Amino acid sequence: MLKVQGIDVYYGGIHALRDLTFEIPAGKIVTLIGSNGAGKSTTLKAISNLVKCKGQILFEEENLLALPSEKIVGKGVIHVPEGRRIFTALTVEENLDMGSYLRKDKDGVAKDKEFVFKLFPRLKERAKQLGGTLSGGEQQMLAIGRALMSKPRLLMLDEPSMGLAPIVVQEIFSAIADLNKTTGLTVLLVEQNANIALQLADYAYVLETGSITIEGEAKALLTDDRVRKAYLGEA
Amino acid sequence: MFMEHLSNGIALGSIYALTAIGYTMVYGIIRLINFAHGDLYMVGAFLTLTAITILNLPIAAAMLFGMAGAALFGIAIAKFAYSPVFKAPRISLFLSAIGVAIFLENFAMLVWGPETQSFPEVMTNKIYNFAGFRMSTIQIIIIVVTIVLVSVLSYIVKYTKMGKAMRCVSQDMDTARLMGINTNRVVYFTFALGSALGATAGALVGMYYKAVFPMMGFVPGLKAFISAVIGGIGSIPGAMIGGMLMGVSESLGAAYVSSGYRDAIAFVILIIVLLFKPTGILGKTMKEKV
Repeated sequence: MLKVQGIDVYYGGIHALRDLTFEIPAGKIVTLIGSNGAGKSTTLKAISNLVKCKGQILFEEENLLALPSEKIVGKGVIHVPEGRRIFTALTVEENLDMGSYLRKDKDGVAKDKEFVFKLFPRLKERAKQLGGTLSGGEQQMLAIGRALMSKPRLLMLDEPSMGLAPIVVQEIFSAIADLNKTTGLTVLLVEQNANIALQLADYAYVLETGSITIEGEAKALLTDDRVRKAYLGEA
Repeated sequence: MFMEHLSNGIALGSIYALTAIGYTMVYGIIRLINFAHGDLYMVGAFLTLTAITILNLPIAAAMLFGMAGAALFGIAIAKFAYSPVFKAPRISLFLSAIGVAIFLENFAMLVWGPETQSFPEVMTNKIYNFAGFRMSTIQIIIIVVTIVLVSVLSYIVKYTKMGKAMRCVSQDMDTARLMGINTNRVVYFTFALGSALGATAGALVGMYYKAVFPMMGFVPGLKAFISAVIGGIGSIPGAMIGGMLMGVSESLGAAYVSSGYRDAIAFVILIIVLLFKPTGILGKTMKEKV
């Protein structure tokens, strides 16, 4: 579905992504793991065209690099940014409405809102509250819910577990697994928490200083010595 | 006498409020103090005057013409003077704004001449007396036009799709892009709206003082900017409160302290407000992202 082919990103003099290549097959959950500063968030920003990048990014054979960010959203490539970045001065419901900004199908939007409220009932309880008053976990749910309102075909999640209690992380990850299973949604999951990411994903890439060093079936990487030493905190 | 100074102050405050909103809106969206805004106020006054004297339009139509013309100027400025340096350090944007201000002043001198032009009598100016509260026709028009425009603006920002997009862009431009919002279009729309409001203020002042000249936007522009800062830059209700506070205290100060200090009063209020509330009356505490 998505093919990233040899992309390079520079921040001033820093070479953040080096000839990065990977792909995401339709209907799968693919995870990109790696430590701080490896270039995980930059990869997502490159796909959304929020940073300048050289190379080729094909989404169903169409080059995304030629499109501005808002057109990429229109194709169904939806990015949930790191730190959730919900609109704190808008209500929960207005945040969800922003997700459906480009959509014209009112019935579909209403149906999807129902769906999001069913997936995360707490958002329904807090629909009229300002986004900024939500807890971290609820904000993450809102960020994912907002992305679902954009009718994603590829959902890109940047560190959804960041700063959340383990029980909330469980709740959010099981929602992602459900979405993938029931609707066939393709997911690109960027995580620092390698353990939980590998348990959820079908396929995994390990990113180190801007390029892929290890890749394979997620379950296999869970037992891979190199991964266990560097990312799973085992001796 | 007090009531008369107060009504003068409210009329003046409406003008500052209309102009301050333009500063605050543009700042809210792209964190730029648009120093050319005072000159858009002047361009609006000249365009309105031209529409009356050359195109023979009635005053309401002439003002709409001035608003539309200034909106186009605003969009052109955003596109040609600000967009190209948008990603550069803020100082470049700031210098570009000053450049635009100088350009507009000279452009006006070239097109309309450097002399002060008198604004024709567009209505009979009567004095109305509401239980000691004396107001002239033109003052009432200024206040009514301000109330109408501010209501329309509030409706746009609060309820329309574009208004919601504006609020998102002002909070977080990158995330707004991820919603599919065309942020360039939002920026242009904001400039158009702010410029149209500034132009209306300029036209009303032209009518009020019956004079229009190329440098007329400089001092009011500065005071409107101060109003926006006093109210809390980035906040539209703040700009209205700041503008009103500025107009009323200037009018009362000129009457009871000394008219020679008229322009200094703006700065005194600014210093007092900032001493107690550095982000302005309705300003939010800015969190610096590390």
